[in-house]
Amino acid sequence: MARFWNKIGRVAVTSVAVLALGAAAHAADTIKIGSSLSMTGPASFLGDPEGKTLEMYVEDINANGGVNGKQLELVIYDDAADANSARTFATRLVEDDGVIAVVGGSTTGATMAMVPVFEDAGIPFISLAGAVVIIDPVKEFVFKTPHTDRMACEKIFEDMQKNGISKIGMISGTGGFGKSMRGQCMDVAGNYGIEILADETYGPKDADMTPQLTKIKGTDGIQAVVNPGFGQGPAIVTRNYRQLGIDVPLYQSHGVASKSFIDLAGEAAEGVRLPAAALLVADKLPDDDPQKPVVTGYKTKYEETTGEPVSTFGGHAYDGLMILVEAMKRAGSEDPAAIRDEIEKTQGFIGTGGTVNMSAEDHLGLDLSAFKMLEIKDGDWTIVN
Amino acid sequence: MRKLMSNRLAVPAFLALLVVGLAFVMPSNFYFRVAALVWISALAVIGLNLLMGFAGQVSLGHAGFFGLGAYSVAILPAQFGLHPVIALIAGGAGCALLAFVVGRPILRLKGHYLAVATLGFGILVSMVISNEAWLTGGPDGMPVPRLALFGWRARGADTWYWITGGLMVIGALLAVNLVASPTGRALRALHDSEVAARVVGVDVGCYKLIVFVISAVYASVAGSALALVNGFITPDAAGFLHSIQLVTMVVLGGMGSILGSVVGAAVLVVLPQALTVFHDYEHLMLGFMMMAFMILLRSGIVPSLSMLIGGRRA
Amino acid sequence: MAEFLQFCASGLTVGAVYALVALGFTIIYNASDVVNFAQGEFVMIGGMTTVFATAAGVPLPIAVLIAILAAMVIGLLLHRLAIEPARGASPVTLIIITIGASIFLRGLAQIVFDKQFHSLPAFSGDTPINIGGALVLPQSFWVLGGAVVIVIALWAFFNRTVTGKAVLATAANRLAARLVGINTSFVIGLSFVLSAAIGAIAGILVTPITLTSYDIGTLLALKGFAAAMLGGMGNPIGAIVGGLLVGLLEAFGAGYISSTYKDAMAFIVILGVLFVMPGGLLGRASVERV
Repeated sequence: MARFWNKIGRVAVTSVAVLALGAAAHAADTIKIGSSLSMTGPASFLGDPEGKTLEMYVEDINANGGVNGKQLELVIYDDAADANSARTFATRLVEDDGVIAVVGGSTTGATMAMVPVFEDAGIPFISLAGAVVIIDPVKEFVFKTPHTDRMACEKIFEDMQKNGISKIGMISGTGGFGKSMRGQCMDVAGNYGIEILADETYGPKDADMTPQLTKIKGTDGIQAVVNPGFGQGPAIVTRNYRQLGIDVPLYQSHGVASKSFIDLAGEAAEGVRLPAAALLVADKLPDDDPQKPVVTGYKTKYEETTGEPVSTFGGHAYDGLMILVEAMKRAGSEDPAAIRDEIEKTQGFIGTGGTVNMSAEDHLGLDLSAFKMLEIKDGDWTIVN
Repeated sequence: MRKLMSNRLAVPAFLALLVVGLAFVMPSNFYFRVAALVWISALAVIGLNLLMGFAGQVSLGHAGFFGLGAYSVAILPAQFGLHPVIALIAGGAGCALLAFVVGRPILRLKGHYLAVATLGFGILVSMVISNEAWLTGGPDGMPVPRLALFGWRARGADTWYWITGGLMVIGALLAVNLVASPTGRALRALHDSEVAARVVGVDVGCYKLIVFVISAVYASVAGSALALVNGFITPDAAGFLHSIQLVTMVVLGGMGSILGSVVGAAVLVVLPQALTVFHDYEHLMLGFMMMAFMILLRSGIVPSLSMLIGGRRA
Repeated sequence: MAEFLQFCASGLTVGAVYALVALGFTIIYNASDVVNFAQGEFVMIGGMTTVFATAAGVPLPIAVLIAILAAMVIGLLLHRLAIEPARGASPVTLIIITIGASIFLRGLAQIVFDKQFHSLPAFSGDTPINIGGALVLPQSFWVLGGAVVIVIALWAFFNRTVTGKAVLATAANRLAARLVGINTSFVIGLSFVLSAAIGAIAGILVTPITLTSYDIGTLLALKGFAAAMLGGMGNPIGAIVGGLLVGLLEAFGAGYISSTYKDAMAFIVILGVLFVMPGGLLGRASVERV
């Protein structure tokens, strides 16, 4: 409780400081960038690290002289993963706050609700959500940093093919992420000669998945199980999986992208495989890996500042912000259209998610090599082959 | 004054003036959008208030009708090429039919049992919307075609401000006329005492059903309007939390007060925008203010204030 | 058969939590006619406080006590600061106040704690016990056992102590209770404290299985409310039966019919039951007061 009042006090002080600064900042002419994230609500474990990352790095950039000689001002709203609120905040960012670019949109639903606003206003928008529909078909002002769910499926199926697995079961979350990835996996399974024999789902807040897993266990011929989903669901699935003594390999998705998954699932996590960005294995990368300095730098800073384990979600926000900042430097102006053009020309940008090479046809710029196949051993991530 | 207040045109006329007057003081499109969202919520809340405030029946599933209205203007044009206005009308008619069918058994229940039954109905609707991704795009939602009338495309928050404001005023006008009609009198009798109403010969079941169907249509039209304004719709619109929000708006503004419906909607739509300055403390403040409002103005904002000022009910 | 038992184990474990939430609803409802939608937040407070206390180095049994006490204090504050001042307001006004309280408590939790998911180590290990082919976690027995102990303790409290009988008297007729000298305000406050403690215990017992986070309360309140209505509002036995039934329906629905529509199964059955028995399974036939 003391901590709580402490925080209230601090907020009161900072609010006053912000108000005072706000008045001063207007005079000093800042560059405004905006964000609407799901910092609370069902996707708060995405929005929370994303928000912290943005605030942390904007402060950092400003301490180092800002961009093009001007200080950045970050306007950040919490849409609680509600598409309608996201849409309202998008309008507010454009109309009221007058931002010149946006990095945000934790979920696909929120992102897609905001897209028309930024397309109409001609404001570059770098989304932090997963689904492939955000950038396919390409939209003029919309970019994204996380790998698509389709790529995750491909990476998983590639690994299965290598291990001679062809008959699998799926248990997917019914939230946006799980539902979309399930669809993508069904789409590409054929290309890898993979047959889906069991297809179960669970709700985003479900507390026990043993009935679904019992069904999968009872299906003959299943050689592996894939679990698209994020949040607490995959941790519970993994625990229930071990509880029921299912012994075929379990593949999780890139939605399980932080050390807290291993903590939550405990010993049950041993042997689980998943595709993920290099960020999770920062300290295990070879020294000559070009990503090594970026990912270790971000990981150290995030963990020291917040005291929480790093997640790839925060990494997406880092990538988005840095791509934007570099584009602003190259453009040398605050014209949204010029910044958009420069974002599209991003080449060889090394972020936490991989090396980004964008083009007019590709507003993501990552390929399958950006994913590493990881396996959990002795309570830690290891890189497979 | 008394004469003016009792005139059934007073409230809609006041609302119409409000819509027109506010338009002159709006600093940016963002404010037009927030106001349009207020009008949309107000429309749904007026309908729900007819059910709750006048007929005394609670519904924790009204977002289900709201969501069906929203998805009908998304799905019907995309799948069958219907014009959005036709889709809106079809959605309203569909909801009326659905409300008529489910209303019969559900409205036989009382009090909290009615609440849980409507809750179940709303959850079933949102579950279907969220799960049948082939039709609805699933939890990530689906785009809604833009509204075009005679070659003129409705876009921009200010345009929608006028359209939704107009819908809301019409909704209020129909509602006050309904309340003043013999049906309305029967409804109020029902609210005061169902048994007494039955004794004096009011066909209780029939009137409840009528008002349930009407309130479903209000919600459906409001849902369609939201979908058209946003150009994108997700299952949140049909969700349990949205149902709760609508009920909260009714109670906050004042049960049985048309003006209260608009005030309740305005408070709950504008508060989250105003509370963004509190950052992490947003929810804390929202919860606190909801409690404070209800403790201090326990009959709802409009009736409590008008009692304070005029010493009588609005 | 092994499959059937596995579904039973799953349904009873989850159902026991619903049952305890429903019981919390019932106790407060009986004493005060308030449907307390902040009931799920007590479950969250129990789990989260225990997690953070143990993380701070407090031994588990003491952390558990702290968590239960914290919930009881918050339950009391909820009554004194939010419900008592609105005495005499209509039931629906009181419901909105409790919804406001649940938003407030969630907002508080995200500041005092955090927005991550958390777990507790299972009380007696993670090695599943084989019962006729079904593999059941030892923690499930803790949950079920805890529920049984709570029910027995409550029964004893209501039937064997003067205070408990005062609560029952207040539930039966508030005016009459006041006339015979029962401090009804104290009794209603007590019912909030009791419900909070029950919720917190449920939250602590179930966290090792289902994990916890600041916002688990909403769904639990929803399911608990539905369970209480299924059983018959105001009937403690009904609350237990309703809770277990909803849990079992979900498990069997997911196992035998369709996991996509498993939550629908529970609500379809609830609707069906209410159409036939408008007062719930064990409810009193409702008589409207004129």
